[in-house]
Amino acid sequence: MSRHVGRNVARKDGTAKTTGAARYVDDLRWPGMLYGRTVRSTVPSGSIRRIHLDFDTSAFTVVGAADIPGRNAVSLLIDDQPCLADRDVRHVAEPILLLAHEDRDVLMGARVHVDVRPTAPVLDPAASSQVFKHISIARGSIDAGLAAADLVIEGEYRTGHQEHLYIEPNGVLAVPADGGVTIYGSLQCPYYVHKALCTMLNLAASRVRVVQAETGGGFGGKEDYPSMIAGHAALLALKSGRPVKLVYDRAEDMLATTKRHPAVVRHRTGVKKDGRLVAMDISVLMDGGAYCTLSPVVLSRGCLHATGPYRCANVRVDGRVVMTNTPPNGAFRGFGAPQTLFAADVHMERIAEALQMDPVTLRARNAFRPGDVTATGQVLGPDTSAIDVLKATVRRSDFRKKRRAYAGTSRGIGLSLFMHGAGFTGSGEVYLASKASLELTEHGARILVASTEIGQGQRTVHAQIVAEVLGLPIERVEVEAADTAFVPNSGPTVASRTTMVVGGLLKHCAEEMKDKLGRMSPREYVRRHGTLVVTKQYEPPPGLVWDDDTYTGSAYGSFGWGCDVVEVEMDPVTYEVRPTRVTTAQEIGRAIFPLGAMGQIEGGTAQGLGYALLEEVVMRDGAMANAQLTNYIIPTTLDTPPMDVTILEKPYAHGPFGAKGVGEMPIDGVAAAVVNAIRSLGLDVREIPATPERVMAAEQASGDRRKARGGRQPGSARLQPGRSVRSRGPSGPRSAKPRQGGSR
Amino acid sequence: MNTAIASLQLLQPSSLTAALKMLRDDGPLTPLAGGTDIYVGLNFGTLKDRRFIDISPIEAMRGVTVRGDVLRVGALTTYRELIESRVVNRLVPMLVAASREIGAVQIQNRGTLGGNVANGSPAGDTLPVLLAADALVELQSCDWVRKVPLRDYYTGYRRSVLRRDELITAIEIPAVHGSQFFRKVGTRAAQSISKVVIAGVHGAEVRIAFGSVAPTVVRVPKTEAALASGASLTEAQEILQTEIVPIDDVRSTAAYRRRVAANLLEDFWRSTGRGRAGFPQK
Amino acid sequence: MTPAFPAITFTLNGKRVTVKAHPLKRLLDVLREDFGLTGTKEGCGEGECGACTVVLDGRAVNSCLVPLAQARGARVDTIEGLKGRHPLQKAFAERGGAQCGICTPGMVMAAAALGPNPTLEDVRVGLAGNLCRCTGYIGIYRSIKQANTERRRGASAPASPTARATTLGRGRGPGSARLQPGKSVRGRGSSDPRSAARRKGGSR
Repeated sequence: MSRHVGRNVARKDGTAKTTGAARYVDDLRWPGMLYGRTVRSTVPSGSIRRIHLDFDTSAFTVVGAADIPGRNAVSLLIDDQPCLADRDVRHVAEPILLLAHEDRDVLMGARVHVDVRPTAPVLDPAASSQVFKHISIARGSIDAGLAAADLVIEGEYRTGHQEHLYIEPNGVLAVPADGGVTIYGSLQCPYYVHKALCTMLNLAASRVRVVQAETGGGFGGKEDYPSMIAGHAALLALKSGRPVKLVYDRAEDMLATTKRHPAVVRHRTGVKKDGRLVAMDISVLMDGGAYCTLSPVVLSRGCLHATGPYRCANVRVDGRVVMTNTPPNGAFRGFGAPQTLFAADVHMERIAEALQMDPVTLRARNAFRPGDVTATGQVLGPDTSAIDVLKATVRRSDFRKKRRAYAGTSRGIGLSLFMHGAGFTGSGEVYLASKASLELTEHGARILVASTEIGQGQRTVHAQIVAEVLGLPIERVEVEAADTAFVPNSGPTVASRTTMVVGGLLKHCAEEMKDKLGRMSPREYVRRHGTLVVTKQYEPPPGLVWDDDTYTGSAYGSFGWGCDVVEVEMDPVTYEVRPTRVTTAQEIGRAIFPLGAMGQIEGGTAQGLGYALLEEVVMRDGAMANAQLTNYIIPTTLDTPPMDVTILEKPYAHGPFGAKGVGEMPIDGVAAAVVNAIRSLGLDVREIPATPERVMAAEQASGDRRKARGGRQPGSARLQPGRSVRSRGPSGPRSAKPRQGGSR
Repeated sequence: MNTAIASLQLLQPSSLTAALKMLRDDGPLTPLAGGTDIYVGLNFGTLKDRRFIDISPIEAMRGVTVRGDVLRVGALTTYRELIESRVVNRLVPMLVAASREIGAVQIQNRGTLGGNVANGSPAGDTLPVLLAADALVELQSCDWVRKVPLRDYYTGYRRSVLRRDELITAIEIPAVHGSQFFRKVGTRAAQSISKVVIAGVHGAEVRIAFGSVAPTVVRVPKTEAALASGASLTEAQEILQTEIVPIDDVRSTAAYRRRVAANLLEDFWRSTGRGRAGFPQK
Repeated sequence: MTPAFPAITFTLNGKRVTVKAHPLKRLLDVLREDFGLTGTKEGCGEGECGACTVVLDGRAVNSCLVPLAQARGARVDTIEGLKGRHPLQKAFAERGGAQCGICTPGMVMAAAALGPNPTLEDVRVGLAGNLCRCTGYIGIYRSIKQANTERRRGASAPASPTARATTLGRGRGPGSARLQPGKSVRGRGSSDPRSAARRKGGSR
């Protein structure tokens, strides 16, 4: 019987966060602190001719590319991204110069003129010839599959940028110390920042210290970007000899930092009359922005999820991520999978439409089962739950009954089935070689990991695992701050690995510690033997083989599985699509902290609703034109519907207490379910966000098709004026109720 | 905040008379009430004004009263006060509906009706209501009080007849005869700027105003006349297209605004009408 | 030389305080810098996110849009003033109302200003100006519901801070007088704390 695991314990940081005591970067101050500012390119492409400082520079610290002691690069996968542009600029908002001053007003008022000779930018990924990465996955024979098909269905699907919109913008505080520097930052990966700074500043590892401050949301947007902003603050701190706080305001954060990669995904699919998939030919094109950053890995995950959770003997996935002169794109929850899973499941819906087949039946016929083989040749294990989540969600949502009932009305219901490989792809975890340490204290134990709490409940889950094994009250397990001076490199807080991989390491640490303790209490042990620290390093589960060159083998140790059903209501006056209910079942191995897992599913789903319906990055001349919260729209309370969430557990043999990952999967399936609900209204939407403008265009197109064919088209003419829900009052969920009072 | 605070000046009159004298003698001064527009501009660094006059304490600009046939709303009346005012709910429920759609609770608690008029954005949510109600804007200076019909108040995009030495002190709304209608189409269900916004009155007269489809809020007199004289809805919708000039911007497209405006016209017409009781409950 | 600023006196978390700062300084910055109360956060500077929400004379406002001059003589309540004893605070920590925590102070203050016993619809309307990117709002509704329940049971603290805290709001949420019972949108299973996690298989 578990004491902690599987229970809703009190959140480790609940009190600090609910009292305002938790300290985020902008809450920190240091004596003698300066404020930093970044001067950025205003053109997408060009060469820098001259920089003119039109202000009194005394009492200012000014840093340019020439001041960089080490390599002028933000070290990540390849070192192509400069920390400060030297001769060329490749995107709007590229950093060129850094300033620091004691007085924020004076700092802001300093006028800097950067003279750039513009060159023609590449803004359309389809027109770009610079490929950051090309990936090919192949299984069986596409030609044979297509030849055997009864029907071939093609389609193109588009997803746009998405902005993380963590409510706390990026920020760091750099403090020079002992010939080196300490960074306090809003970040997900202290060791990424550490490595980047050592390279950039030409400092030994012992001279750079990175400490995660309380972080107000990450979602991947603070995975790689902090290396850039920390580098900037560190350069200013080292040159001035004073602490420097560099915090972006919302507009700068939106303009300059990473976003989700836009994608165009094409499917050509051969199916049998009974719905079996016999050929899946998929191409993926992602827009990486101006520099490589993490694009190869995003493309990789996107390609590995491109078929959706469906079996097929003949698969080809051809993926490219290319350069455009736009701000580099980066990690964002789902990391390539939301884009390709969107395409996969809207395409499945179109296949169902073409075959006039029930969408559930089509998916059930093709969904992976234990023992099935993926496109890379991975044999799926017993914890393969596609059918389970599909059944659970279809039942709980009353999908089929509602689908029939909504036909011909302005209500729609749509479904999507999805999966998410937990942990780093392929040999990624081996390469990371993560470590976790556990220190015995007189009271209990102290967790030493580089994993960061970013809201997802890391501190709590890790403490639960350790407390469970050691048989301690959870209050006796401390979680040390993610400070590179004290914790080993546990790898980044990304890829839904924090519970499964790092939590797994902590479990091993605790088991060894428990062995050593024997019958002694921590206090007795420490008093008798002194301190005890147990460190464990990642070892891959047996039999997990992956070949990076051929892209074959087991891509992930395990997969999570999910199904979303989204109900919507379309307003025929405004073409606004309002989600009215979400039903979802997600299989995650084991919910260590059920409330936390719920929170990830609910929050990820809401973020997915924004991705599907509201969040559009408007790009003009290579820059985000709507970089204000007023104009980049994320869901409010009134845009978010009730959610019915079921968590299923099929323990993963190599996860702590059976846990897989849950942080990302919830965002993966929402957009397809939303668009499939819109499709059930007879509207041919294939692109997100499905804004009212796009829905209107689809409605017009379906009307045109109807006119051209001289009558009603099955599946198209669902809207009948007069039958649709009208609101006399304000638009929005509150108004879409049957009219009350007054006469009509 | 992207404006240097040290460069800003604030004058703080304690009465309307004092305020008007400052405007006349110590200008130019930008009136500051709830701050929900001004501070956004100061935070972004896009507002170039540097000298402000705090009019929020001026009691003479507060209060909602009925004088005969006219509802008089002090310029400093907040959206919250409008929402909670029994008399406004009874007489001009479309103004309450508009107030509920502005921003969210925090903005409604601070923003003022006078501020919405003074800001003069074509997307101002109360403006179509006021225009459809044939409201008057009361302007005061040291030397006079004048009442300008809202239809004559705006002269262009964010430009008005307001003189530098004047303050908007009240909005006067004559009795509204007929069914009232208001609908805002925003970018999401709350905290949004309108893409199209309509207010209408359907009684013996037909009065319809739109926001976000032109450089200022507009009435659509030809459309009104067409409907009043019995033209079909389709004809009225076609005429409507000649009276609005929406644009593409970061929030929406001209095509969307045109189509939705036409749909809203239909919604208004079908929802209101002879014999139909007042304004529907929220 | 810094110019002499006029002294501005107001009531901050129940205590009379005086500060000398530029009258147009944002109340948000006065709280964070002049009073060291960093619980109130800046998320956008445009009155959209609500992370800077404080309660001014009983009403929730965005402190990034309030000039110090207009706080003169007013009652200002911030997250620190709840002293950790408001039922909402405990509930947010226990029921998933807080994940990364950056929106939490503003969210708690806005929720507190709704007064006791808001309906779910009151809550959705009353918190529409507080953006959360982590929770999808469901955990927030669960937390508020728990706080309501505890308050009704009288289970929470004795003394004046709580009593004061629970009367922070004007007692009537926007729209609450307009609702017809049964008409409000309720989340089936989502706002019910007992529906937190339904799991099948595996042990509990």
